[in-house]
Amino acid sequence: MPLYYDDDQAMLAETAQQFMAEEGAIAKQLRHWRDRDCKDGFGHGLWKQFAEMGFTGMLVDEDDGGLGMGHVEAGIVLENIGRNLTPSPFLSSSVLAVTALKHGSDDVRGRWLPGLIEGEKVYSVAIDEGAKHRPETIACKAEKSGNGFRLSGKKDFVVYGASSEMIVVAARTSGDDSDSDGITLFAVPQDADGMSHDSVRLVDSSMASHVAFDGVELDGDAVIGEVDGGREVLNAMLMAGRVGASAEGVGVAQGAMDMTVDYLKQRKQFGKLIGEFQALQHRAAHLYSEVEIARAVTIKAAQLLDGGSEKADLMASVAKAKVAKAAGLAVKEGVQMHGGIGMTDEYDIGLYMKRDRALQEFLGDQYYHAGRVAEMSGY
Amino acid sequence: MSDLESFRAETRVWLEANCPPEMRKPVRDEADVYWGGRNATFKNDAQKAWFEVCRDKGYTVPEWPKEYGGAGLSPAEGKVLRQEMARIGARPPLSSFGIWMLGPALLHFGTEGQKKRFLNEIAAGEIRWCQGYSEPGSGSDLVSMQTFGEDKGDHWVVNGQKIWTSYADEADWIFCLVRTDKQNKYQGITFMLFDMAGDGVSTKPIKLISGNSPFCETFFDDVEVPKSYGEDCPGYVGEINRGWDVAKYLLGHEREMISGAGGGDRTAAIGAALKRNAGEIDPVLRAELAQFDVDALAYSAMGEKFLDELKVGKAHPAQPNMMKYAGTELNKRRHELMMAAGGSRALEWESEETGGGKGARNWLRTKANSIEGGTSEVMLNVISKRILDLPGA
Repeated sequence: MPLYYDDDQAMLAETAQQFMAEEGAIAKQLRHWRDRDCKDGFGHGLWKQFAEMGFTGMLVDEDDGGLGMGHVEAGIVLENIGRNLTPSPFLSSSVLAVTALKHGSDDVRGRWLPGLIEGEKVYSVAIDEGAKHRPETIACKAEKSGNGFRLSGKKDFVVYGASSEMIVVAARTSGDDSDSDGITLFAVPQDADGMSHDSVRLVDSSMASHVAFDGVELDGDAVIGEVDGGREVLNAMLMAGRVGASAEGVGVAQGAMDMTVDYLKQRKQFGKLIGEFQALQHRAAHLYSEVEIARAVTIKAAQLLDGGSEKADLMASVAKAKVAKAAGLAVKEGVQMHGGIGMTDEYDIGLYMKRDRALQEFLGDQYYHAGRVAEMSGY
Repeated sequence: MSDLESFRAETRVWLEANCPPEMRKPVRDEADVYWGGRNATFKNDAQKAWFEVCRDKGYTVPEWPKEYGGAGLSPAEGKVLRQEMARIGARPPLSSFGIWMLGPALLHFGTEGQKKRFLNEIAAGEIRWCQGYSEPGSGSDLVSMQTFGEDKGDHWVVNGQKIWTSYADEADWIFCLVRTDKQNKYQGITFMLFDMAGDGVSTKPIKLISGNSPFCETFFDDVEVPKSYGEDCPGYVGEINRGWDVAKYLLGHEREMISGAGGGDRTAAIGAALKRNAGEIDPVLRAELAQFDVDALAYSAMGEKFLDELKVGKAHPAQPNMMKYAGTELNKRRHELMMAAGGSRALEWESEETGGGKGARNWLRTKANSIEGGTSEVMLNVISKRILDLPGA
């Protein structure tokens, strides 16, 4: 498969770009909700529009009422989300939660997918149990209890957790904390007794929860996939999320770079446009090449994932690490080249830096993923 | 079975029958590569057999038209052939600047007579070409070149000096940029073709920090260059005084080639191989290797994307500059890390175990990657100007 968009994908890209630039724009969404101190951190109206555009269920199989598209297509939407810093539960709900739910029974899918496709419901995922992403270790426990399970433990960095009707929770049903096996995924409804959120605003204005499960009683039908066999589903979910986060990161990088290059063409100092200075030209050109490479590997990873390739896991980590480097560079250069104005809240460039920081941390930073690349390569 | 699948199947059978086992081993040194030319000799029978069978099938230049010595393969078939050759580790049957550089320029700008003659000679490995671009005072800044061809009616008399002419001491002919109009900086250069055996051409190798001499200084002292080699076969490519158009087109090809986008292992991940060779790796070096491998694997995805887009005309015309910049910087990093992992053993310049200091010599050689074919700084200038559209660049 060639590494560029086919005609349908190119058309989707055009649609998504236009939609997000208009409806998902920074002033209309991110600043609007942030300045009102919105407890959700995103607009439900926009989520409904996402559904009308066919975005919410794009990864859901056609038999389940979705569009049966792939991760290349989800990446197209995410890149435009990134470019406009559009706050939305798309990544957590439509990519991560959907990837998990695809492994669920007819009942599980029938219960949760329609509300999401219609843009009525928002879901999130609970994986991390500390400040850093370490999904190899899962301590959160779900013990057998009657016909169901009793869930205890804590989760961190549950993005939009308090606004979610359901949270996909990775918990341990057997074995030791660092065992690969013995993991089970659960669809935990918002109204479950014993679940509490400590919801906090993050640097990028998004909301994330520290979630505590204090003996939460779950029915057997909360199980997604096989009991004790959840690691595979968790890995699939992580891969999808990492590729998706990479695509969003490419958008963040592109948005920051576009703003910066534009500024270089307008701002005058010492009687010249600053874009005439070779010191800045070379840095901008270097940045361009890093962003292009990051985009290429992200599309590659998405294609491998859609094709069910064994290399998808490696390339997802390569993409996540590379995008973090490229987007990190884009936002830092962006703020620096904007000079003093780059430090003001009024200017958007700083917002890109904040979003990039949060996105880098989500599902593993560049150090974690470079480490994974080394391990998977055998050194 | 689709046409492409049956082509793949045929290709496999053909390669199995025709590529000798000795030609399926990695290229280790210069002698492993066949460059063709009037004075060429084969290293062994396998090299000769492999070259001849490929030449007869048009596989020295598989995508060139049959009438010019190629096999007339479509880009998709060419890709299949490259993949199948890579699968068995087959060496290229013939390496030459004629194939990589002059050929594409002639295919684009040449007359029918030039194509018939020169492309067939290149495909058959009969004439070895070298490139005369840089001069002592004009490296990346080619428009400042001084070598001058005085118009004498049916020929020019060329005087001047070129530098960094790769393998000029072994080449038969040169494709050479010569100033033919001193008034016009850009449109006063002609892209000439001439035989180096003629009077007035001399070459002198330049010894490099790696101890090797792939480059030469080349001197022209009243060299007579005909304006024509016969009917429909001018002694120059494109138009007189418009050689810059040809040179720019060709530089794009050169940059593509140097960037490694066309294959090769310069962008491959290296951590695992170094661990096997060097044993324990310092944790900080391991971290650097992992970061390098992330960049290298990402760059190889970029290479794939670039080639895919190039084939369907979606690539930005200045994209080769980006590939060249990023690829060569990466290759330098790769060899730095290999030297670091190799430790004191990698320093050995003449020991048998290091193949005569091959690693160290390669490391030194890579330092030229970001200089030759336009420096990294020039690549960044081109990106600034042509892609980012920055002012005054």
